[in-house]
Amino acid sequence: MAGESHGPMEQFVIKPLINLQLGGANVSYTNSALFMTLAILGTFALFWVATRHRTMVPSRWQSIAELTYEFVGGMVKDNVGHEGMAYFPFIFTLFMFILFGNVLGLMPYSFTFTSHIIVNASLALFIFVAVTIIGFARHGLHYFSLFCPPGTPLPVAFVLVPIEIMSYFIRPVSLSLRLFANMLAGHVLLKVLAGFVISLGVVFGIVPFAAVFGVTLLEMMVAVIQAYVFALLSCIYLNDAINLH
Amino acid sequence: MPQFDPATFASQIFWLVVSFLALYWVIAKFAIPRVGEILEQRARLIQDDLDRAAALKADTDAAIATYEKAMANARGQARDTLLAAVNAMKKVADDKTAAVNTEITKQIADAEASIAKAKSEAMESIRTIATETAREAVSKLSGMALDATKIDGAVMAALKDAR
Repeated sequence: MAGESHGPMEQFVIKPLINLQLGGANVSYTNSALFMTLAILGTFALFWVATRHRTMVPSRWQSIAELTYEFVGGMVKDNVGHEGMAYFPFIFTLFMFILFGNVLGLMPYSFTFTSHIIVNASLALFIFVAVTIIGFARHGLHYFSLFCPPGTPLPVAFVLVPIEIMSYFIRPVSLSLRLFANMLAGHVLLKVLAGFVISLGVVFGIVPFAAVFGVTLLEMMVAVIQAYVFALLSCIYLNDAINLH
Repeated sequence: MPQFDPATFASQIFWLVVSFLALYWVIAKFAIPRVGEILEQRARLIQDDLDRAAALKADTDAAIATYEKAMANARGQARDTLLAAVNAMKKVADDKTAAVNTEITKQIADAEASIAKAKSEAMESIRTIATETAREAVSKLSGMALDATKIDGAVMAALKDAR
Protein backbone atom coordinates (compact mmCIF):
# COMPACT_ATOMS: atom_id res chain seq x y z
CA MET A 1 0.00 0.00 0.00
CA ALA A 2 2.99 2.27 0.50
CA GLY A 3 3.62 4.50 -2.44
CA GLU A 4 -0.08 4.78 -3.20
CA SER A 5 -1.99 7.94 -2.47
CA HIS A 6 -2.03 8.87 1.21
CA GLY A 7 -4.87 11.36 1.18
CA PRO A 8 -7.28 11.49 4.08
CA MET A 9 -9.82 9.50 2.04
CA GLU A 10 -7.49 6.57 1.33
CA GLN A 11 -8.44 4.95 4.65
CA PHE A 12 -12.04 4.48 3.47
CA VAL A 13 -11.18 2.54 0.30
CA ILE A 14 -12.83 -0.87 0.10
CA LYS A 15 -10.24 -3.49 -0.78
CA PRO A 16 -11.36 -6.98 -1.80
CA LEU A 17 -9.51 -9.69 0.09
CA ILE A 18 -11.27 -12.71 -1.41
CA ASN A 19 -13.06 -12.30 -4.71
CA LEU A 20 -16.55 -13.79 -4.64
CA GLN A 21 -19.47 -13.67 -7.07
CA LEU A 22 -23.05 -14.47 -6.16
CA GLY A 23 -25.71 -14.46 -8.88
CA GLY A 24 -23.76 -12.00 -10.97
CA ALA A 25 -23.20 -9.61 -8.06
CA ASN A 26 -19.76 -8.92 -6.66
CA VAL A 27 -19.91 -9.98 -3.00
CA SER A 28 -16.16 -10.15 -2.40
CA TYR A 29 -14.94 -10.54 1.14
CA THR A 30 -13.41 -7.10 1.73
CA ASN A 31 -11.62 -5.24 4.47
CA SER A 32 -15.07 -3.96 5.50
CA ALA A 33 -16.36 -7.54 5.83
CA LEU A 34 -13.18 -8.46 7.73
CA PHE A 35 -13.86 -5.84 10.38
CA MET A 36 -17.51 -6.91 10.62
CA THR A 37 -16.17 -10.40 11.29
CA LEU A 38 -13.79 -8.98 13.89
CA ALA A 39 -16.75 -7.18 15.52
CA ILE A 40 -18.58 -10.52 15.83
CA LEU A 41 -15.47 -12.28 17.16
CA GLY A 42 -14.80 -9.38 19.54
CA THR A 43 -18.34 -9.50 20.92
CA PHE A 44 -18.17 -13.28 21.24
CA ALA A 45 -14.77 -13.11 22.94
CA LEU A 46 -15.95 -10.40 25.35
CA PHE A 47 -18.97 -12.40 26.49
CA TRP A 48 -17.08 -15.68 26.45
CA VAL A 49 -14.27 -14.35 28.66
CA ALA A 50 -16.72 -12.46 30.84
CA THR A 51 -19.03 -15.40 31.54
CA ARG A 52 -16.35 -18.11 31.77
CA HIS A 53 -16.18 -18.29 35.55
CA ARG A 54 -19.64 -16.98 36.49
CA THR A 55 -18.86 -15.66 39.93
CA MET A 56 -21.37 -14.07 42.29
CA VAL A 57 -19.00 -11.15 42.80
CA PRO A 58 -18.12 -10.28 39.19
CA SER A 59 -14.59 -10.05 37.88
CA ARG A 60 -13.62 -7.03 35.76
CA TRP A 61 -14.58 -8.63 32.45
CA GLN A 62 -17.77 -10.02 33.90
CA SER A 63 -18.57 -6.51 35.19
CA ILE A 64 -18.13 -5.09 31.69
CA ALA A 65 -20.50 -7.71 30.23
CA GLU A 66 -23.05 -7.20 33.01
CA LEU A 67 -22.88 -3.40 32.75
CA THR A 68 -23.32 -3.53 28.95
CA TYR A 69 -26.24 -5.94 29.31
CA GLU A 70 -27.94 -3.84 31.97
CA PHE A 71 -27.18 -0.59 30.12
CA VAL A 72 -28.83 -1.75 26.89
CA GLY A 73 -31.56 -3.64 28.77
CA GLY A 74 -32.32 -0.53 30.83
CA MET A 75 -32.37 1.61 27.69
CA VAL A 76 -34.95 -0.69 26.03
CA LYS A 77 -37.05 -0.99 29.20
CA ASP A 78 -37.01 2.75 29.92
CA ASN A 79 -37.80 3.83 26.36
CA VAL A 80 -40.05 1.06 25.06
CA GLY A 81 -41.37 -0.59 28.21
CA HIS A 82 -41.70 -4.27 29.09
CA GLU A 83 -43.26 -5.17 25.74
CA GLY A 84 -40.15 -3.80 24.07
CA MET A 85 -37.98 -6.45 25.76
CA ALA A 86 -38.90 -8.76 22.86
CA TYR A 87 -36.64 -6.52 20.74
CA PHE A 88 -33.86 -6.43 23.35
CA PRO A 89 -31.66 -8.94 21.44
CA PHE A 90 -31.99 -6.85 18.27
CA ILE A 91 -31.14 -3.55 19.99
CA PHE A 92 -28.28 -5.26 21.86
CA THR A 93 -26.92 -6.62 18.56
CA LEU A 94 -27.27 -3.21 16.92
CA PHE A 95 -25.43 -1.53 19.80
CA MET A 96 -22.57 -4.06 19.92
CA PHE A 97 -22.22 -4.08 16.11
CA ILE A 98 -21.90 -0.30 15.84
CA LEU A 99 -19.83 -0.02 19.02
CA PHE A 100 -17.26 -2.55 17.82
CA GLY A 101 -17.32 -1.05 14.31
CA ASN A 102 -16.57 2.41 15.70
CA VAL A 103 -13.99 1.40 18.31
CA LEU A 104 -12.10 -1.12 16.12
CA GLY A 105 -11.94 1.60 13.45
CA LEU A 106 -9.87 3.79 15.79
CA MET A 107 -6.99 1.31 15.76
CA PRO A 108 -4.23 2.40 13.38
CA TYR A 109 -4.35 0.67 9.95
CA SER A 110 -7.87 -0.56 10.67
CA PHE A 111 -11.05 0.00 8.69
CA THR A 112 -14.27 1.57 9.98
CA PHE A 113 -17.29 -0.06 8.33
CA THR A 114 -19.64 2.45 10.02
CA SER A 115 -17.95 5.23 8.04
CA HIS A 116 -19.69 3.91 4.89
CA ILE A 117 -23.09 5.42 4.29
CA ILE A 118 -24.39 2.27 2.60
CA VAL A 119 -23.89 0.21 5.78
CA ASN A 120 -25.55 2.81 8.02
CA ALA A 121 -28.33 3.45 5.52
CA SER A 122 -29.07 -0.27 5.25
CA LEU A 123 -29.33 -0.56 9.03
CA ALA A 124 -31.41 2.62 9.34
CA LEU A 125 -33.71 1.62 6.47
CA PHE A 126 -34.22 -1.83 7.98
CA ILE A 127 -35.17 -0.23 11.32
CA PHE A 128 -37.46 2.26 9.57
CA VAL A 129 -39.29 -0.48 7.62
CA ALA A 130 -39.45 -2.81 10.63
CA VAL A 131 -40.80 -0.06 12.89
CA THR A 132 -43.43 0.90 10.31
CA ILE A 133 -44.53 -2.75 9.89
CA ILE A 134 -44.67 -3.24 13.69
CA GLY A 135 -46.68 -0.03 14.03
CA PHE A 136 -49.30 -1.01 11.43
CA ALA A 137 -49.41 -4.61 12.69
CA ARG A 138 -50.15 -3.48 16.25
CA HIS A 139 -52.40 -0.47 15.63
CA GLY A 140 -53.72 -0.92 12.09
CA LEU A 141 -54.74 2.30 10.40
CA HIS A 142 -54.78 3.95 13.82
CA TYR A 143 -50.98 4.13 13.45
CA PHE A 144 -51.57 7.17 11.20
CA SER A 145 -52.58 9.09 14.34
CA LEU A 146 -48.83 9.20 15.08
CA PHE A 147 -48.74 12.14 12.63
CA CYS A 148 -51.44 14.03 14.52
CA PRO A 149 -51.10 13.99 18.32
CA PRO A 150 -54.47 13.95 20.14
CA GLY A 151 -55.81 17.37 21.10
CA THR A 152 -54.26 19.20 18.15
CA PRO A 153 -56.48 22.09 16.98
CA LEU A 154 -57.58 21.72 13.34
CA PRO A 155 -55.76 24.81 11.98
CA VAL A 156 -52.55 23.68 13.64
CA ALA A 157 -53.02 20.15 12.27
CA PHE A 158 -52.80 21.45 8.68
CA VAL A 159 -49.26 22.57 9.41
CA LEU A 160 -48.34 19.91 11.94
CA VAL A 161 -49.30 16.80 9.98
CA PRO A 162 -47.05 17.53 6.95
CA ILE A 163 -44.18 18.32 9.32
CA GLU A 164 -44.75 15.12 11.28
CA ILE A 165 -44.92 13.06 8.08
CA MET A 166 -41.75 14.65 6.80
CA SER A 167 -39.94 14.09 10.09
CA TYR A 168 -41.08 10.46 10.06
CA PHE A 169 -39.65 9.83 6.61
CA ILE A 170 -36.47 11.74 7.37
CA ARG A 171 -35.72 9.35 10.25
CA PRO A 172 -33.64 6.79 8.30
CA VAL A 173 -31.75 9.60 6.60
CA SER A 174 -30.85 11.41 9.81
CA LEU A 175 -30.13 8.15 11.64
CA SER A 176 -27.64 6.95 9.02
CA LEU A 177 -26.14 10.35 8.19
CA ARG A 178 -25.43 11.16 11.84
CA LEU A 179 -23.28 8.07 12.32
CA PHE A 180 -21.69 8.38 8.88
CA ALA A 181 -20.77 12.05 9.33
CA ASN A 182 -19.38 11.53 12.82
CA MET A 183 -17.17 8.63 11.77
CA LEU A 184 -16.08 10.28 8.53
CA ALA A 185 -15.22 13.64 10.11
CA GLY A 186 -13.37 12.06 13.03
CA HIS A 187 -11.22 9.82 10.87
CA VAL A 188 -10.46 12.56 8.32
CA LEU A 189 -9.47 14.91 11.14
CA LEU A 190 -7.18 12.30 12.67
CA LYS A 191 -5.57 11.58 9.31
CA VAL A 192 -5.02 15.27 8.50
CA LEU A 193 -3.55 16.01 11.94
CA ALA A 194 -1.33 12.94 11.71
CA GLY A 195 -0.10 14.20 8.32
CA PHE A 196 1.02 17.45 9.98
CA VAL A 197 3.14 15.47 12.44
CA ILE A 198 5.19 14.10 9.55
CA SER A 199 5.43 17.37 7.59
CA LEU A 200 6.41 19.49 10.62
CA GLY A 201 9.18 17.13 11.70
CA VAL A 202 10.29 15.94 15.11
CA VAL A 203 10.52 19.33 16.85
CA PHE A 204 7.36 21.14 15.77
CA GLY A 205 5.50 17.91 15.09
CA ILE A 206 4.92 17.58 18.82
CA VAL A 207 2.07 20.10 18.56
CA PRO A 208 -0.12 18.19 16.06
CA PHE A 209 0.95 14.95 17.78
CA ALA A 210 -0.58 16.22 21.04
CA ALA A 211 -3.66 17.21 19.04
CA VAL A 212 -3.90 13.70 17.55
CA PHE A 213 -3.64 12.31 21.06
CA GLY A 214 -6.50 14.53 22.28
CA VAL A 215 -8.67 13.94 19.22
CA THR A 216 -8.16 10.19 19.55
CA LEU A 217 -9.56 10.34 23.09
CA LEU A 218 -12.42 12.48 21.81
CA GLU A 219 -13.07 10.00 18.99
CA MET A 220 -13.16 7.13 21.52
CA MET A 221 -15.94 9.02 23.28
CA VAL A 222 -17.72 9.76 20.00
CA ALA A 223 -17.47 6.09 19.00
CA VAL A 224 -19.31 5.00 22.15
CA ILE A 225 -21.78 7.89 22.12
CA GLN A 226 -22.75 7.35 18.47
CA ALA A 227 -23.38 3.64 19.08
CA TYR A 228 -25.54 4.67 22.04
CA VAL A 229 -27.38 7.34 20.03
CA PHE A 230 -28.12 4.93 17.19
CA ALA A 231 -29.50 2.29 19.58
CA LEU A 232 -31.39 4.88 21.63
CA LEU A 233 -33.09 6.44 18.59
CA SER A 234 -34.03 2.95 17.38
CA CYS A 235 -35.63 2.39 20.80
CA ILE A 236 -37.54 5.66 20.55
CA TYR A 237 -38.83 4.81 17.06
CA LEU A 238 -39.78 1.36 18.33
CA ASN A 239 -41.63 2.96 21.21
CA ASP A 240 -43.70 5.01 18.75
CA ALA A 241 -44.66 1.81 16.95
CA ILE A 242 -45.47 -0.17 20.10
CA ASN A 243 -47.01 2.41 22.41
CA LEU A 244 -48.04 5.02 19.81
CA HIS A 245 -48.45 8.09 22.04
CA MET B 1 -14.98 9.56 -1.97
CA PRO B 2 -14.82 5.76 -1.72
CA GLN B 3 -18.17 5.87 0.13
CA PHE B 4 -20.04 6.72 -3.07
CA ASP B 5 -18.62 3.97 -5.27
CA PRO B 6 -21.70 1.84 -6.09
CA ALA B 7 -19.50 -1.07 -7.17
CA THR B 8 -18.82 -1.87 -3.52
CA PHE B 9 -22.44 -1.61 -2.31
CA ALA B 10 -23.52 -5.18 -3.10
CA SER B 11 -20.57 -6.64 -1.24
CA GLN B 12 -21.03 -4.34 1.77
CA ILE B 13 -24.76 -5.01 2.06
CA PHE B 14 -24.23 -8.76 1.62
CA TRP B 15 -21.60 -8.98 4.35
CA LEU B 16 -23.57 -6.59 6.56
CA VAL B 17 -26.58 -8.92 6.44
CA VAL B 18 -24.44 -12.01 7.03
CA SER B 19 -22.45 -10.39 9.85
CA PHE B 20 -25.49 -8.84 11.51
CA LEU B 21 -27.36 -12.17 11.49
CA ALA B 22 -24.29 -13.93 12.88
CA LEU B 23 -23.88 -11.30 15.60
CA TYR B 24 -27.61 -11.52 16.37
CA TRP B 25 -27.16 -15.25 16.88
CA VAL B 26 -24.12 -14.65 19.15
CA ILE B 27 -26.05 -12.08 21.21
CA ALA B 28 -29.41 -13.86 21.39
CA LYS B 29 -28.18 -17.43 21.86
CA PHE B 30 -24.93 -16.88 23.71
CA ALA B 31 -24.42 -13.48 25.37
CA ILE B 32 -27.90 -12.69 26.67
CA PRO B 33 -28.67 -16.16 28.14
CA ARG B 34 -25.30 -16.39 29.85
CA VAL B 35 -25.25 -12.88 31.33
CA GLY B 36 -28.99 -13.06 32.09
CA GLU B 37 -28.46 -16.32 33.96
CA ILE B 38 -25.71 -14.78 36.08
CA LEU B 39 -27.84 -11.74 36.93
CA GLU B 40 -30.86 -13.92 37.67
CA GLN B 41 -28.78 -16.22 39.87
CA ARG B 42 -27.45 -13.26 41.82
CA ALA B 43 -30.91 -11.75 42.19
CA ARG B 44 -32.21 -15.15 43.37
CA LEU B 45 -29.36 -15.52 45.87
CA ILE B 46 -29.98 -12.05 47.27
CA GLN B 47 -33.73 -12.74 47.46
CA ASP B 48 -33.08 -16.06 49.20
CA ASP B 49 -30.84 -14.34 51.74
CA LEU B 50 -33.47 -11.67 52.33
CA ASP B 51 -36.16 -14.32 52.71
CA ARG B 52 -34.02 -16.28 55.16
CA ALA B 53 -33.31 -13.12 57.14
CA ALA B 54 -37.04 -12.39 57.27
CA ALA B 55 -37.78 -15.96 58.41
CA LEU B 56 -35.10 -15.74 61.12
CA LYS B 57 -36.50 -12.41 62.25
CA ALA B 58 -39.97 -13.96 62.47
CA ASP B 59 -38.50 -16.82 64.56
CA THR B 60 -36.79 -14.32 66.83
CA ASP B 61 -39.99 -12.33 67.21
CA ALA B 62 -41.91 -15.51 68.06
CA ALA B 63 -39.27 -16.50 70.64
CA ILE B 64 -39.43 -13.02 72.17
CA ALA B 65 -43.22 -13.21 72.29
CA THR B 66 -43.09 -16.65 73.95
CA TYR B 67 -40.57 -15.36 76.47
CA GLU B 68 -42.68 -12.28 77.19
CA LYS B 69 -45.76 -14.47 77.68
CA ALA B 70 -43.92 -16.87 80.00
CA MET B 71 -42.56 -13.91 81.89
CA ALA B 72 -46.02 -12.39 82.28
CA ASN B 73 -47.44 -15.75 83.40
CA ALA B 74 -44.67 -16.19 85.96
CA ARG B 75 -45.21 -12.66 87.23
CA GLY B 76 -48.96 -13.32 87.57
CA GLN B 77 -48.36 -16.59 89.38
CA ALA B 78 -45.84 -15.02 91.71
CA ARG B 79 -48.27 -12.22 92.52
CA ASP B 80 -51.08 -14.73 93.21
CA THR B 81 -48.84 -16.86 95.42
CA LEU B 82 -47.66 -13.81 97.31
CA LEU B 83 -51.21 -12.56 97.75
CA ALA B 84 -52.38 -15.98 99.01
CA ALA B 85 -49.49 -16.17 101.47
CA VAL B 86 -50.15 -12.64 102.71
CA ASN B 87 -53.85 -13.42 103.12
CA ALA B 88 -53.14 -16.69 104.95
CA MET B 89 -50.71 -14.96 107.31
CA LYS B 90 -53.11 -12.14 107.90
CA LYS B 91 -55.83 -14.63 108.75
CA VAL B 92 -53.56 -16.44 111.20
CA ALA B 93 -52.56 -13.12 112.75
CA ASP B 94 -56.19 -12.01 112.99
CA ASP B 95 -57.20 -15.31 114.58
CA LYS B 96 -54.39 -15.10 117.10
CA THR B 97 -55.19 -11.46 117.87
CA ALA B 98 -58.85 -12.32 118.34
CA ALA B 99 -58.00 -15.24 120.66
CA VAL B 100 -55.62 -13.12 122.70
CA ASN B 101 -58.19 -10.32 122.84
CA THR B 102 -60.84 -12.70 124.10
CA GLU B 103 -58.48 -14.07 126.72
CA ILE B 104 -57.46 -10.59 127.83
CA THR B 105 -61.08 -9.42 127.96
CA LYS B 106 -61.98 -12.43 130.02
CA GLN B 107 -59.05 -11.88 132.36
CA ILE B 108 -59.96 -8.19 132.70
CA ALA B 109 -63.55 -9.13 133.46
CA ASP B 110 -62.42 -11.70 136.03
CA ALA B 111 -60.07 -9.22 137.60
CA GLU B 112 -62.73 -6.53 137.66
CA ALA B 113 -65.20 -8.98 139.23
CA SER B 114 -62.75 -10.00 141.92
CA ILE B 115 -61.88 -6.36 142.56
CA ALA B 116 -65.57 -5.49 142.90
CA LYS B 117 -66.09 -8.47 145.18
CA ALA B 118 -63.13 -7.51 147.32
CA LYS B 119 -64.34 -3.91 147.41
CA SER B 120 -67.87 -4.83 148.45
CA GLU B 121 -66.50 -7.25 151.07
CA ALA B 122 -64.25 -4.49 152.29
CA MET B 123 -67.17 -2.06 152.42
CA GLU B 124 -69.25 -4.60 154.22
CA SER B 125 -66.58 -5.15 156.84
CA ILE B 126 -66.05 -1.36 157.16
CA ARG B 127 -69.80 -0.94 157.83
CA THR B 128 -69.84 -3.74 160.34
CA ILE B 129 -66.74 -2.36 162.06
CA ALA B 130 -68.11 1.19 161.89
CA THR B 131 -71.47 0.10 163.34
CA GLU B 132 -69.81 -1.88 166.09
CA THR B 133 -67.44 0.96 166.81
CA ALA B 134 -70.27 3.51 166.81
CA ARG B 135 -72.39 1.43 169.16
CA GLU B 136 -69.47 0.79 171.46
CA ALA B 137 -68.53 4.44 171.37
CA VAL B 138 -72.06 5.57 172.10
CA SER B 139 -72.54 3.06 174.87
CA LYS B 140 -69.20 3.93 176.38
CA LEU B 141 -69.78 7.63 176.11
CA SER B 142 -73.44 7.84 177.00
CA GLY B 143 -74.29 4.46 178.33
CA MET B 144 -77.23 4.37 176.05
CA ALA B 145 -77.96 1.35 174.03
CA LEU B 146 -78.93 2.70 170.69
CA ASP B 147 -81.18 1.00 168.29
CA ALA B 148 -79.17 -1.04 165.84
CA THR B 149 -81.10 0.19 162.83
CA LYS B 150 -80.49 3.85 163.78
CA ILE B 151 -76.76 3.31 164.00
CA ASP B 152 -76.80 1.41 160.78
CA GLY B 153 -78.59 4.27 159.05
CA ALA B 154 -76.12 6.83 160.40
CA VAL B 155 -73.15 4.73 159.34
CA MET B 156 -74.62 4.26 155.89
CA ALA B 157 -75.12 8.05 155.56
CA ALA B 158 -71.58 8.70 156.75
CA LEU B 159 -70.17 6.13 154.35
CA LYS B 160 -72.16 7.64 151.55
CA ASP B 161 -70.66 11.04 152.36
CA ALA B 162 -67.19 9.51 152.52
CA ARG B 163 -67.48 8.07 149.13
